[in-house]
Amino acid sequence: MDWVNAVVQGTLLGGLYALFAAGLSLIFGVMRLVNIAHGDLIVLGAYLGLTVVMATGLHPLLALVFVVPTMAAIGYVLQRGILNKTLGDDILPPLLVTFGLSVILQNLFLEGYTADPQKMNAGALETASVSVGGLSLGVLPLLTFGIAIFVIASLQFIFYRTPLGRSFRAVSDNQEIAQLMGLNKRHIFGLAMALALAVTAIAGILLGIRTSFDPTAGGARLIYGFEAVIIGGLGNLWGTLVGGVILGVAQTVGAKIDPGWQLLAGHIAFLVVLAIRPNGLFPRVSG
Amino acid sequence: MSDQPHEISRSSQAARVAAVLGALIIIILVAAPWWAGRADMRLMGELFLYLALASLWNLMAGYAGLVSVGQQAYVGFGGYMLFALTIFGGLHPVFAIAGAGVLGALIAIPVATLIFRLRGAYFAIGTWVIAEVFRLSFAQLSALGGGSGSSLPVGIVRSLASSRSGRESLSYWMALGAAVTAITVVYLMLRSRRGLALTAIRDNELAAGSLGIDIWRTKFVVYVVASGLTAMLGALIFLQKLRISPDAAFSVNDWTAFVIFIVVIGGIGTIEGPIIGTLIFFALRETLADLGTTYLIVLGVVAIVVMLKAPKGVWGFIVERYDIQLLPLRYRVNVKEHAKR
Repeated sequence: MDWVNAVVQGTLLGGLYALFAAGLSLIFGVMRLVNIAHGDLIVLGAYLGLTVVMATGLHPLLALVFVVPTMAAIGYVLQRGILNKTLGDDILPPLLVTFGLSVILQNLFLEGYTADPQKMNAGALETASVSVGGLSLGVLPLLTFGIAIFVIASLQFIFYRTPLGRSFRAVSDNQEIAQLMGLNKRHIFGLAMALALAVTAIAGILLGIRTSFDPTAGGARLIYGFEAVIIGGLGNLWGTLVGGVILGVAQTVGAKIDPGWQLLAGHIAFLVVLAIRPNGLFPRVSG
Repeated sequence: MSDQPHEISRSSQAARVAAVLGALIIIILVAAPWWAGRADMRLMGELFLYLALASLWNLMAGYAGLVSVGQQAYVGFGGYMLFALTIFGGLHPVFAIAGAGVLGALIAIPVATLIFRLRGAYFAIGTWVIAEVFRLSFAQLSALGGGSGSSLPVGIVRSLASSRSGRESLSYWMALGAAVTAITVVYLMLRSRRGLALTAIRDNELAAGSLGIDIWRTKFVVYVVASGLTAMLGALIFLQKLRISPDAAFSVNDWTAFVIFIVVIGGIGTIEGPIIGTLIFFALRETLADLGTTYLIVLGVVAIVVMLKAPKGVWGFIVERYDIQLLPLRYRVNVKEHAKR
């Protein structure tokens, strides 16, 4: 039963990792941009949530009402102000600029919030649990998993069923022809980054309720999200959820064997998938 | 035009002057223990190690298109190998440094075959995962102090040289030697046949491939050589620090972020760039380090501005303006002046 429990808890944890990954996957899909600062932007979401909670006394989940639009606005400005200038055939500029951004964000957090670990208090939600077939499931992990499914279904819907999604797919397929058809790719990229950071805001708040975070917490989050994307297969949103779940299960099962093995087991699962299926389990686009 | 007398050469007046000046500077630097103070020597030693790290990272990112944010994997690995080989293997530290390099190159082989499956930017994050795997693995090794790390026993430190000033001079010379070696290896590699292939890959990978260059193999050799040498540097770095812990050994800030700033600011894809970048980086650090986090924010902003406004860095700007190469890689045609008349 302990092992079943580890697998179930890992699956639920995978929902959070899928949320880390969804924004990464989205911007890669639309503009082939890999954002090294993605993890730090997740942490930015958490700090913004903390600020709203401290200023207003709202429940952290209600803080989403403020944090999601703020992050989306930051995303649009960031994309049009800086990141659009880096896009092109050369992979170096986006990589190094987002790397610089990551260092700037981490040190701004240090300046503004000190190096102390912070956490958002969600009250009774943090400890509430339901009993299912002999297993005790936390309400928060269940809620996180549900939100992950909802977010990915929404992204899937936006991508394939709406005019916005059509323009995303158009610039993704061929930027020049999309421009000729009257799309402004700079604006579209801005919207894609806004959407990605809106998802990142949700991920950041859920992270901040679940565990404590500090200014340097971003790097590990970037890596988890990245691993989920690669395991699931590039450009496949549902695959990303599966990737997150595999990563989560590997971590909880690893922790069950030996607490020191938790993170290592997740990375090893990723490397095994990379060795056996370099394109991930459900690839949709070639990298 | 075609019958004009001309010569084709790599060398130029500037390069010859630079070679003489470089040799002079190296001689002066070798003599540093007789003219520099203890603190200055420590600082210069650190500067040389960063110069070497930056040159190797530049070889990978600037020429082979292998943008790694995980070279701290090899710095840390080399450091730990120094400790393991001296403490458990009983090797003299100097041999342990060489051994760390060989082991670093050996472990880079399976790592490369695995992460070369990732393209471009994903390769970058893949290298970071490898560095995390190394960090977590070494944190599990209780023989080397686990998560809290361990110190180099006094006996091993003494075996380097009996007096304190002797040890300091020796580690200074080793750092200087490492920097000269790294730059020389990069320079010779780029002037060789393989270097021509590398430059072709840098300029256009598709065209290079269609001309029969084995792209995978060329990149593989660069990765393994750079990683082995980085592991040697790691051993040297932790021989100076005398203490190692997983967080210090595999720090992404210390061994990758700073190195990337050095190369980007100095000029990526040039041999001279990392040299200029290291000097700028240390000048900034010595003047702004008191500002703490602000200093790092400034560094990040400078790197972003350079990447957006002058992607070839300080050296690239100088080359465009004055068309000089101090460490010549390219051939150029010199038309004889008198024949023009």
